[in-house]
Amino acid sequence: MQLLLFNAFNGLIQGVFYALMALGLALILSLNSVINMAHGGFLVIGAYLAFTLNPYLGFWGALVAGPVLAAAIGLAVERGLIRPLYKRSDPLYSLLLTFGLALIIEDMTRTIWGAQGLPLEVPDIINSPVSDTYFFITGYRLFVIGITAAAAIGLYLLLRYTLLGVRIRAGTRDLETTAALGVNIYRLRALNFGFGCLFAGLAGVLAAGILGLTPPMGNSLIMPSFVAIIIGGVGSLFGAVLGGLIIGLAAGIVTTYYPAASEAVIYLMMLIVLVVRPRGLFGEEGLFE
Amino acid sequence: MKRALPIAAIWAALVALPWWLPLIGGYTALGSKVLIYAIATMSLNLLLGFTGGLSFGQAAYFGLGGYGAGMTLKYLAPSTPLAILIGTLAGGIAATLLGPLVMRRRGIYFAMITIAIGQLFYFVMVRWNEVTGGEDGLAGFARQDIHLGALVIPLSNLNFYYLVLLCFTVAVALMWALLQSPLGHTWVAIRENRRRLQFLGVRSERYVWAVFAIAGFITAFAGTLNALLFNFTSPQDLHWILSGNFVIMIVLGGMRSFFGPLLGVIIFVVAQDYLSSLTGNWMTFIGLIFVFIVLLFPRGVLGIFDRRTKVA
Repeated sequence: MQLLLFNAFNGLIQGVFYALMALGLALILSLNSVINMAHGGFLVIGAYLAFTLNPYLGFWGALVAGPVLAAAIGLAVERGLIRPLYKRSDPLYSLLLTFGLALIIEDMTRTIWGAQGLPLEVPDIINSPVSDTYFFITGYRLFVIGITAAAAIGLYLLLRYTLLGVRIRAGTRDLETTAALGVNIYRLRALNFGFGCLFAGLAGVLAAGILGLTPPMGNSLIMPSFVAIIIGGVGSLFGAVLGGLIIGLAAGIVTTYYPAASEAVIYLMMLIVLVVRPRGLFGEEGLFE
Repeated sequence: MKRALPIAAIWAALVALPWWLPLIGGYTALGSKVLIYAIATMSLNLLLGFTGGLSFGQAAYFGLGGYGAGMTLKYLAPSTPLAILIGTLAGGIAATLLGPLVMRRRGIYFAMITIAIGQLFYFVMVRWNEVTGGEDGLAGFARQDIHLGALVIPLSNLNFYYLVLLCFTVAVALMWALLQSPLGHTWVAIRENRRRLQFLGVRSERYVWAVFAIAGFITAFAGTLNALLFNFTSPQDLHWILSGNFVIMIVLGGMRSFFGPLLGVIIFVVAQDYLSSLTGNWMTFIGLIFVFIVLLFPRGVLGIFDRRTKVA
């Protein structure tokens, strides 16, 4: 029982990272119509920059600076490389471009910081176990859950109650009409891409505190995030978050009984969802069928 | 028949390849690899370039073919033809079974689902240690001499190249014939205007399923040859990075032309071979190739000469 709880909680934490990644991916997917294969790259950028800045800014400063810098680099990438591709209706090109970026970022990270794993120091205050019986529930893990929940709620409030949020949602529904109503959709898409990268960077810093830093860490988190979106339902941010948590939890539980299948199980779950409910748990009808 | 002459010339050059390739610093196995990748990418191009289905998980079927062939040789029977047959069936049947899950999707969603499905097989091969060799890959098998009645053909590197060339020729002829058939014309019609085709009463998803399955079979066929070439196969052969490489090879050569992928494969495989001997950062250079092709040459090398094709 203890072991099951331990693995389930580990899985949940993993699921939190999937959810954060999936949230950013889903934002970019719906408004920018880009499958951002470089999303893992932005995660790595956020994590490594936080690691580098940690000695100067402290953990809290790095926690803010890492994601913000990842978002800034995301904005530059969107402006320079992705914007020219919007006018091509075939999604093939943005997919290939971000794929190339993913390779470049992983390789450059390895060159700059080395292939070895690096630890991200977390302050002791939040890193001690909460109780002796449930030693795996450290303060940091609760902190990760709290920050992620805050970020997700923040995004929800932004999309629900601000003018920018209304515009993003409108652009997701019908980009042409939104543009015709006088919204600068280029700026809107750029901001949205930046938000997506901000979430990737945040996931990177938070994950680094638990998993440590390695150059391929982003590319190993990105595939489950796709699965999270497919299971949760394309077009639903809530679905993406829930999908991430579900697959993380499922992987954790399966680890207890049959460790070898812990990765395959999430893809099997995806196949089942695709057969039973092709649009995903909270997907919009028609968008995906 | 004005195309017959260049095709005959290309084929003659391929037959003579073991003689001229070493002169320019290549080796016969590199020629085999190019032809194997060409089979895989040309079959993927049936889906990508001719039907307009953005499959980004094709390496899964390539790798399944490789593992099917390798495991047949290792555990079942020492027979090269049987290995090729079983590997091809393994990958092809997987594609056929998964086809219904993707056939209704369009564009970006088609891509996302094919990517994610491909990873399932990756993890099966990585984690099913005892049988597949896990991360280290499947080794400990070797291609066997071919017995034709009393005639025994030893599969040296040179003879294996000719076996690959034979397979390449058959596969190319098959794909050419498919594209000339009503089936092939329907694929192109799906790419051009799927909705209109549906208004005409054509059940387009069935044709997408057909091309997905056929591409799966032929890609798996190429995968079996790849495993036999190196007497080895690893999870990298079904990783999404290889899927992405397949797609960029096609775009590099020209995705609207039948032989475009062959040209793309030649450029990409040679560049990869050369870069990885030159620098440890070859991944960055491959990534830069992706970015440059997308931004500057979206129609590929053959597209530069062909003014009719447009970037959609």
